[in-house]
Order: sequence, then C-alpha cells, then structure tokens
Amino acid sequence: MSAALLTAKDLSRTYGSRRGLFGVITKVRAVNRVSFSIAAGETLGIVGESGSGKSTMGRMALGLEPPDEGEVRFIGQPIPASGTPAWRTQRARMQMIYQDPLGALDRRLPVTAQVQEPLDIHQLGDSANRPQRAQEMLARVGLSVEQMGRYPHELSGGQRQRVVLARALMTRPDFLVCDEPVSALDVSIQAQVVNLLVELQAEFGLAMLFISHDLRVVRQVSNRVAVMYLGDFVEEGDADDLFAEPLHPYTRALVSAAPVTQRMPGHQRLVLKGEPPNPANRPGGCSFHPRCPFAVERCRAETPALVSVDQGSGRRVACHLIEPSASTLRKAA
Amino acid sequence: MPLLVRIALLWLVGMVLVAIFAPLISPFVYTAPNLRNRLVPPGTLPHILGTDELGRDVLSRLLISIRISLLIAFGASIISAVLGTTLGFLAAYFRGLVEQIVLMLADFQASMPFLILALSVLAFFGNSLALLIGLMGLFGWERYARISRGLAISASAQGYASACRQLGASPVRVYLRHILPNIASTLIVSMTLVFPEVILLESGLSFLGLGVQPPMTSLGNMVGYGREYITRAPWIMLSPALTIVFTTLAVSVLGDWLRDKLDPTLR
Repeated sequence: MSAALLTAKDLSRTYGSRRGLFGVITKVRAVNRVSFSIAAGETLGIVGESGSGKSTMGRMALGLEPPDEGEVRFIGQPIPASGTPAWRTQRARMQMIYQDPLGALDRRLPVTAQVQEPLDIHQLGDSANRPQRAQEMLARVGLSVEQMGRYPHELSGGQRQRVVLARALMTRPDFLVCDEPVSALDVSIQAQVVNLLVELQAEFGLAMLFISHDLRVVRQVSNRVAVMYLGDFVEEGDADDLFAEPLHPYTRALVSAAPVTQRMPGHQRLVLKGEPPNPANRPGGCSFHPRCPFAVERCRAETPALVSVDQGSGRRVACHLIEPSASTLRKAA
Repeated sequence: MPLLVRIALLWLVGMVLVAIFAPLISPFVYTAPNLRNRLVPPGTLPHILGTDELGRDVLSRLLISIRISLLIAFGASIISAVLGTTLGFLAAYFRGLVEQIVLMLADFQASMPFLILALSVLAFFGNSLALLIGLMGLFGWERYARISRGLAISASAQGYASACRQLGASPVRVYLRHILPNIASTLIVSMTLVFPEVILLESGLSFLGLGVQPPMTSLGNMVGYGREYITRAPWIMLSPALTIVFTTLAVSVLGDWLRDKLDPTLR
C-alpha cells in the first residue's frame, strides 16, 4: 500500500453500561482491536449491522473519542487529544458528514452563514471574501441562489445534506468520515447525494471512511470494504472482489440478503438464524459462531485472527474455515 | 397578537417611558413636603393623585418609584440571568466537580428562603441602591443555571453542537454563537417569570423597611409607609399597589405569549 494518510492500529473502545440503579456495570466492547489504513484519495467502506461499532470507529478515526487501546495516526503523527488547540486546528484537514443533516445544522442560522463558519473558525482567507466562497461552494454542491439564504428547516433532506457537505469541504480537508450519510434520505435522493460525493471526492482528492449498512451504496463509493461484526473486522478487501465473492459466512449472508434485479441461477439465500448480537454479552471463540451455519467445534473455543488470504489484493478474513490460499475458498460451502 | 398581549405590551412600554422621563414629567419635586396640603384626596388639583401624610405629591412619588423599582427589577433580572446562564454553561461544559459545585449552590439557594438571606445581608452591610440591585441579582439565578445546564447538555449531545465542535470551533464559540441563541427563548421566558418576583421581593423588603431607604422611594416603599393611613387615606398605597399588580401581570402575560411564539414546535 502506498503512503497511508490515516492509519489505525489495534483500536479498542469499551463502554460501561449499568442496568438499573444498583446494577453491576457491564463492559461493552464496541470496537475490538481493529486495524486499518487509508491512502490519500481512497475510500474505505465499513459495513455492519447496528451496534457493530461502525460509528464508534469513525469517531475514533477523527479523534473525537479517545481509543482505550491502540492509536490513530494522521500523516504519520498521532492525533492530538480531543478539544486541545492542536486538535481543533487539525479539524481543517479532517471533517465529518452526519446521518441526520437537520440535526447537524444550527436551525437558527441561514445556511450560507453556517457554510462560511469553518473559514471564520480557522481564520482562512480574507474575511470580506468568505461569504462569496461559501456561496461558490453551495453552488458547487447544487444549491440555487435563493436557497442559500434559507434556514435549514426550509430545505429538503437532500439539500440539507448538500449544505453539510459544502460546510465540510470549505477548508479543503484531506480526510472525510461519512457516518451513514444517505440512510436518512429518500432512495431517489440517495443516488444524487452519493453521486455528488463521488464527484467531489475525485475533485478534491479526498480520502474517505464511508460508514453504512447499505451494501449497494458502499459498493458504489468504496475502493475497499471492511465488514464489521460485534466490533471486529471479519473481512476486508477490494470492494468488487468482496461483493463478487464474499468469503466470511457473515459477509456471504449480508451479500446474499441484498436485493438484486436478477438472481444468478443457483443463487442461494443464506439466512442467518438466532438473534442479532448483543455487544454486552459476547460469545466466546468466534463472536459469530452462534449464528454461523458452518460453525464447528473450533469456532466456539478459539477466536479467529484477521489473516491475509491473498497477498495480491490485500484480502483479509477472520474465519477458521477459510484457509489462507485461493484454492480452498469454497471449502466452507 | 391578542388584545391582552397588546395591552400588556403597551403598559410595559409606558412604564419604561415613565421610568426614563420620570424627573421631567413629575409635576412636583417628589421629596418636597407641603404641610398645609396633607392627605389631600385624589382629584383635587393640582394634586391629581392626592398627597400623602407630609403633603408630598403622590403622582410625583409614584413616577419616581416606578423608575427605581424598574431599575432594580431590570438590573437584578439581567444580573441573575447572566450569572445563572454562565454558571449553567460552565457546569455543562466541565461536568464533574464544577457541575457538582454549581448544582450544590443552586440547591442551597433554592432551599434557603431568599428573604432571610436578603435580610441578613442588608442588616450586616447596610443599604445602598447598588447593593440592593446586586443582592436582588442573586435571586433566581439557580433557575437559569439549571435550565441552561440542562439545555446545554442536551444541545451538545445533539448534532449541531458536536458538528460545530468537529468543525474546530472553540467551546466559547459553540456555547455563545450556537447553543445560546438556540436556548434563548427558554431563558427569556424564565426571565419574564423571575421579573415580577423581583418586583414583589423588592416591594416586600421595602415594606419591611430594609429595601429602598427614605427619602428615596420605590413602589414597595410607598405601600409600606402608606399602610399606616390605609383607613384615612387609602390612595397613598393604592396607586403603587395597583402599579405593582398591573406591571407584574403585564410581564407574565407577555412571557406566556412569548413562550408560545418562540417555541418552533408550536408555530
């Protein structure tokens, strides 16, 4: 991999949650020793169900939340502690897109003022020029001139997300975390916003961490994809390879559940049994084993490591049933 | 705008104008006694509202009283709003020990009858208008502190505050430019609730003889001294008493209307 913009090494984050007033504090391990790296201009997609630790990972990647273990490095330097002046200065280089654009905007300020705000905060450019630069960026993301003076609640969901995108791009950042950026939007709007995101990524040379549970969107946006289950990466690889030939049983279940227009003959829907996982009560061994249709004795006892199965494409899988060689890929079936 | 709110607004504007121009429009010097014209009933020219036990013009005294009482009420309301909101924001930002201390102070303030606190302070430190305003400024701050702390905590958990933080904004910017305008409607409404109470408290203290000291006068002061003549010359205390009632009522009506108006979910 070429020079990485952002590297995360062995990130872990544990929350304590208490049941009832005098209940025992149970530890919830939201993210469990996850490592990844993102090169400049590259998109890493993260998929996984609710509670799999996707958002926590995004927040740790931005330094919004300190990892309990491990470290995030941005251009070789560790990210400063959240809230410090150094961290605030660094915000100009790394930004975030939120799931709920209405919540992410201040409803008492017109959108142009809010898009201009990053320039005011970081004292970029001439203060007289800032409103104009904000309007140029809003025009770039597709807002009309009369929409620029409006308040967030007077815009539609898609327009609001465009405003959030414009605000994030004002300081020309290198790295963008998108936390479920389109899941609150209508399907017809989703495509527009995703296309805009892809265009802007190419134009600004952005690296992205794209978090979503929507496989179609992730596939469209990402160069590489990582699948999370209960805070672990279970599989990581090139987006096209991973969706074309998922290896981990969980990934296979996810991919087979995605709606397609035409099923290939012989396509088998892999339906998972059991309940969705509870992060507070992690199963021993492979955390996926209670729901895995292929689980063997070894899966209950031993936690599989995320190992490379194919050096060329950088494919990594955490499953006992997958041997690290291409010839045995189908063995589990 | 409903008719009642219009009347309330008109009344308050009138009160503020009176307070500003009191020395110019009062027909007599409010301290000038005229022992030949003692206890003249209202309607007798040139004393429209009559005179008191020393022959001082009640209307002139009323105008000056409104000035002093409004000064105390506005000054105190602003001091307590600023103090309470600042402490609430500090509690919301630092959490932990700072929050515990602020909440403890707020609980202490809420559990202590304010009149007793005011009495002891005035008894020890004597009396001056500035001290009285400052003391009244301690009244009601715990409400602003609790409200602003709660709202600021929930606002920072919401998207817009954390989004601003992620943009690199300093806490001062996040709190003053984003959170404060968003919660201002609630604070303004609670200000309109505290304002009448400050007027009443000042009246109560003056009535007890610990508020504004003669020859200076205030609404409560007039009621307090007029009490002795309530059977023979009820007009001495009736006009300031009615002024207190109407002003507090007007502020409450306006506050009620503002709460509905400023709440975006009711619009």
